[in-house]
Amino acid sequence: MDAYMPYVLCMILFCIGIYAILAKRNIIKIILGVVIAEYAVNLFLVLAAYKVGGRSPIFSETQIILPESMVDPLPHALVLTSIVIGLATTAFLIALAIRLYGKYGTFDITRMRELRG
Amino acid sequence: MTELYVLLGLMIAGAIIAIEVKNLLSAVVAVGIVGLGLSIIFLLLKAPDVALTQIVVEIAAVILLIRATLHREIAQKSCGTRPFGAIMGILFLGLAVIAALVTFSSGLSPFGEPLMTVSEFYPLNAIAGTGATNVVSSIILDYRAYDTLGEATVLFTAVIGVLTVMRSVGKKKEEDLQENNE
Repeated sequence: MDAYMPYVLCMILFCIGIYAILAKRNIIKIILGVVIAEYAVNLFLVLAAYKVGGRSPIFSETQIILPESMVDPLPHALVLTSIVIGLATTAFLIALAIRLYGKYGTFDITRMRELRG
Repeated sequence: MTELYVLLGLMIAGAIIAIEVKNLLSAVVAVGIVGLGLSIIFLLLKAPDVALTQIVVEIAAVILLIRATLHREIAQKSCGTRPFGAIMGILFLGLAVIAALVTFSSGLSPFGEPLMTVSEFYPLNAIAGTGATNVVSSIILDYRAYDTLGEATVLFTAVIGVLTVMRSVGKKKEEDLQENNE
């Protein structure tokens, strides 16, 4: 089980985010839950790419670096894309939250349902 | 890898504080702790490109979240939980634990030993194929350039969405207002 310990901690982080999305009433807390869950997924992919004693996937002109000694570069490239898209979706969620606050005067989603009439 | 565990513990503590604290501004700052800890973990895991991107994105996200929470004191009062949602959340946690146990016992490779069957190609051929010394940039800008094009498309779509949602007065209404003033 010790070999999977970082994965377990990463899963705990993801569960905290999901709990916030499901259980919280404040819309900002829900957005924070989305952000935390997204961080946990990115972290899981980079953890899965790590090799013990590996080095960054960057070659050098002055010293010889074997390709076999590098960590897995493919998840890094995909996580890079995922982080930027995560920022875009977060910005959109925040814009929606600000508009909802302007319309209803509250961040509480249960009160928004009551005010709808 | 003691520092990895310390930082992961810090991130979990920051996440719990962010979810449970009453003041929204404190919650946003706690999420900033989670994101910056994440960028240090990326550095420890030998992913410097990802760490740089994470720092920039984290700071931008925190600024946006502070923009949403500043000057809204009323928001502090509505931090409760939904009972049904809390029950669903706990059920989900149980489900996630079961799924994790199944995954760990059935062939997820242990931490520190990645499956390199597909991605071995990139470090071996990056310099000869693209001339880039940084393998990650050779992947995102050459081997998988269409992926980056799609990322840019999503980014601009989101920007258009934000501008559309945040626009306070529509064009037609503005013209009406001008006519009324005249």
